[in-house]
Amino acid sequence: MSDSECEAGLPDALAAGLTADEYRKIESRLGRSPNPTELGMFSAMWSEHCSYKSSKRQLARFPTESPRVLEGPGENAGAAAIGEGLAAVFKVESHNHPTFIEPFQGAATGVGGILRDIFTMGARPVALMNSLRFGPPAVRKNRVLLGRAVAGIANYGNSMGIPTLGGEVAFDDCYSLNPLVNAFALGIAPADRIFRARADTPGDPVFCVGAKTGRDGIHGASMASAAFDEEAEAKRPTVQVGDPFLEKLLMEACLELMAGEALAAVQDLGAAGLTCSTAEIAARGGSGIEIDLDLAPQRETGMSAYEIMLSESQERMLLVVRRGREAEVERVFAKWDLDAAAIGRITADGLLRVRHAGRPAATIPCRALTEDAPVYDRPRETPQWWPEPEVRDGDLPEPDDWNEAVLRLVGSPGLASRRFVYEQYDHLVGSDTLARPGGDAGVVRIKGTPLGIAMSLDGNGRYTARDPWRGGALAVAEACRNLAAVGATPVGATNCLNFGNPEKPEVMWQLSEVVSGMCEALTALSVPITGGNVSLYNETEEEGIFPTPVVGVVGVFDDVSTLVGQHFCEPGDLLFLAGPQGSDALGASEYLKVFQQSTGGRPPAPNLEAEVRLGAFLRAAAARRLTRSARDLSEGGLIQAAVESLFAPDGSAQGAAFDLEFAGAPLGALIGEAPARALLSVRPRDADDFAELASVHGVPLAALGTAGGDSLAIRANGVEIIRLTVDDLWPAFGHGLERAVSDRR
Amino acid sequence: MPRHRFAVLVFPGTNCERDVLEALRTVTRQDAELVWHQEGSLAGFDAAVVPGGFAHGDYLRAGGLARFSPVMAPLSAMAGSGRPVIGICNGFQILQEARLLPGAMLRNRSLTYVCRDVWIRAEDRNSPLTAALEEGDKLRIPVGHAEGNFFADDEELEALESGQQVLFRYCDEAGRTRDGTNPNGSRNGIAGVRNRRGNVAALMPHPDRAYESVLGNTDGVRVFDSLIRWMES
Repeated sequence: MSDSECEAGLPDALAAGLTADEYRKIESRLGRSPNPTELGMFSAMWSEHCSYKSSKRQLARFPTESPRVLEGPGENAGAAAIGEGLAAVFKVESHNHPTFIEPFQGAATGVGGILRDIFTMGARPVALMNSLRFGPPAVRKNRVLLGRAVAGIANYGNSMGIPTLGGEVAFDDCYSLNPLVNAFALGIAPADRIFRARADTPGDPVFCVGAKTGRDGIHGASMASAAFDEEAEAKRPTVQVGDPFLEKLLMEACLELMAGEALAAVQDLGAAGLTCSTAEIAARGGSGIEIDLDLAPQRETGMSAYEIMLSESQERMLLVVRRGREAEVERVFAKWDLDAAAIGRITADGLLRVRHAGRPAATIPCRALTEDAPVYDRPRETPQWWPEPEVRDGDLPEPDDWNEAVLRLVGSPGLASRRFVYEQYDHLVGSDTLARPGGDAGVVRIKGTPLGIAMSLDGNGRYTARDPWRGGALAVAEACRNLAAVGATPVGATNCLNFGNPEKPEVMWQLSEVVSGMCEALTALSVPITGGNVSLYNETEEEGIFPTPVVGVVGVFDDVSTLVGQHFCEPGDLLFLAGPQGSDALGASEYLKVFQQSTGGRPPAPNLEAEVRLGAFLRAAAARRLTRSARDLSEGGLIQAAVESLFAPDGSAQGAAFDLEFAGAPLGALIGEAPARALLSVRPRDADDFAELASVHGVPLAALGTAGGDSLAIRANGVEIIRLTVDDLWPAFGHGLERAVSDRR
Repeated sequence: MPRHRFAVLVFPGTNCERDVLEALRTVTRQDAELVWHQEGSLAGFDAAVVPGGFAHGDYLRAGGLARFSPVMAPLSAMAGSGRPVIGICNGFQILQEARLLPGAMLRNRSLTYVCRDVWIRAEDRNSPLTAALEEGDKLRIPVGHAEGNFFADDEELEALESGQQVLFRYCDEAGRTRDGTNPNGSRNGIAGVRNRRGNVAALMPHPDRAYESVLGNTDGVRVFDSLIRWMES
């Protein structure tokens, strides 16, 4: 008896990660019991990873509309109009679970997956970023995970020839058994030629193109929807293996084909492979689809329908071709030495019909797999400990030796330059990179236009763990502030919500609070969400991660020649602090982490009104070319922003002398992490215009000192407390991360 | 009126072809066109550039499979006829694998990919990469490679040095060659070489990433100017 003729019962469903209720729902939707292949397809599509069943209600709260939004959540990626008839197509996605199991391939295929999401929409990818979180580098295993994940990302992105413009690297104990890898990609497409994954013309042929289907990554979506136990090692076969060369060919072939009129719809094969792509492309178009698996190119023999439908082999795409244009597809894919096999056609009956070995293998209504997946409103519970107390500078002892304290702080793994990581990424290929990694935002120009695109990826799990609402709002605020610092206007945002087990009420509380905080900041700053993803069950042996929202904001320059630099450029330039003065927020700060080994205290309160004013001021000053350099203040406060501003990417360095006057203790003024602030440098002759513009925008401005010399010198209320030469600082700041993560010790 | 026509070769996996095309057109104001690796002829072209990337995925070895592509026969013929053939990064590796240039590339000493600005010093003017430079001129140009560690055995190295075939050496801002200035472990700090005749030349750093002021660096312009200077002298 073949698979298609036997029934899969409740015990099979439970073993596949479904609940008894879900199994009954499947039976009622089908009007019969599923066969094993069908059950596998439901199990993948109704997994948390594919269905968003625990987070859907939360995600529905995000603001998603603006005049610029061309494609909001629900497609492969979001799209926003950027002028000149062009659109920026972008998204961030997690690849956390695979990375823990196999860091090189897990991280590499995260890059491959997000790139497919972008070129599926008809956009040529022009930039990558990534956000990485690991356990403390003092533990060898964490160093290995970091090293291999970075090597995997570098291997994939570099081979594809797409620059990696920046991102984040953060460390905390909670990520030891659950490292996070979130990959972001951005592409440019003609605004009127965005391709969608929506097939609505019965009779159109369906092609599977690119790599052959193999037995790798089967049930990756279900694996990514469960917590890990000590058996995690045994899940290595669920991780896919990437081939960036194949993906490069696939990208070029798809983009070549998309320049013509042969394609009706496109969807990449990612999580849940053929099952997800066929069901979604038909369901979105209100149609059905039939495929014959015997026609799909296969890497190995004897694969079952179950294996072919659930394989997550990389570098594959599903194309729906306009009837009569099949030869164009075959010609282009032959040029690029890739398989292009017609495996079926679009139908009118709303069903996904799968044939294998000459028999029907599965017959399921497309919508049953997609829109009809369960949605849960899981219980939420505010924990007893909340809220934490605020931490002010009077609560903490001042350092005995400020010079030593600064070296220790800026050389710590959380704050030291990320040079050791980003130099492994090709960040210049394409000859469009105008702001390199190491600054607040990455910036590329768009050749042939005056336009530029800026992007920033931010989140702080420590903040969010202590106050999820504040953490969510601050992640949005910081990403927007980073874009304002370089002079760009935010046009859209994408996000990746990394959380623990949603069946725990405290985790659902975190998720709901984070979304509330994000919504408030997104609304205040007028930035719509255009897509993203959710990664739940980031738990191993009951240990969960900090709730970690990662927010990617994309901004535009109408004239990229107004781009503001991120380093002090000329001796004598005047230094200013813009934003609310006298803030001393130290809760959940880098200072507490480095000096007290504490992740406690309440993170700073967002100040969204001040963020809006600061953003408008920074953009106005940039447009009038008044700002020489700008850095936002975030982790590590003023000291960190100052040290980062000293060292330019070409290897040169410029000192600075600060003369600070403040009411409280130096700790809060120098290292506090209050938001809505930026450190700026300005030519002396522009200082009056600059100050006037700040006052017009209602932004407080304090003169701090001057750039120049070979030292960072800081006087606090008339007393010099810090004097460090750039040669003292560089070994700590420039090499701190390398020292912490390299294995030669 | 453009006087020259440049071919920019494209293999499956090449990824700097558009950068080189744009740089050639912007700097030299000559005609430049992409040529697919399946082409059997380079008729009508006055010079060829092999750009960076990962030709054929760099499977086997960097550049190792590209030499079997059909376009390599007319490329060798072009080199044999004395017309300029230049390579950048993966193009350098391909020209070595095709035996049009000496030496071989090992993995970087760090065993990692490295992308950053480096300084290089011009060592010899007799090539299409250096004709517009003076010996000792320093350029700041970005590198981006995992296999740029130039290797030749002692005998070959001696021959390259005495035959003035070394075009560029990694150095510091002041032009000094020190161990710390070498990003990949290349022997004698070699960043670029030419063949004996001088018409085939390549370098690991990317002048195609430093050709316009908006990029914050125009040092690469002098490399492309050299191509024109060499062809017209």
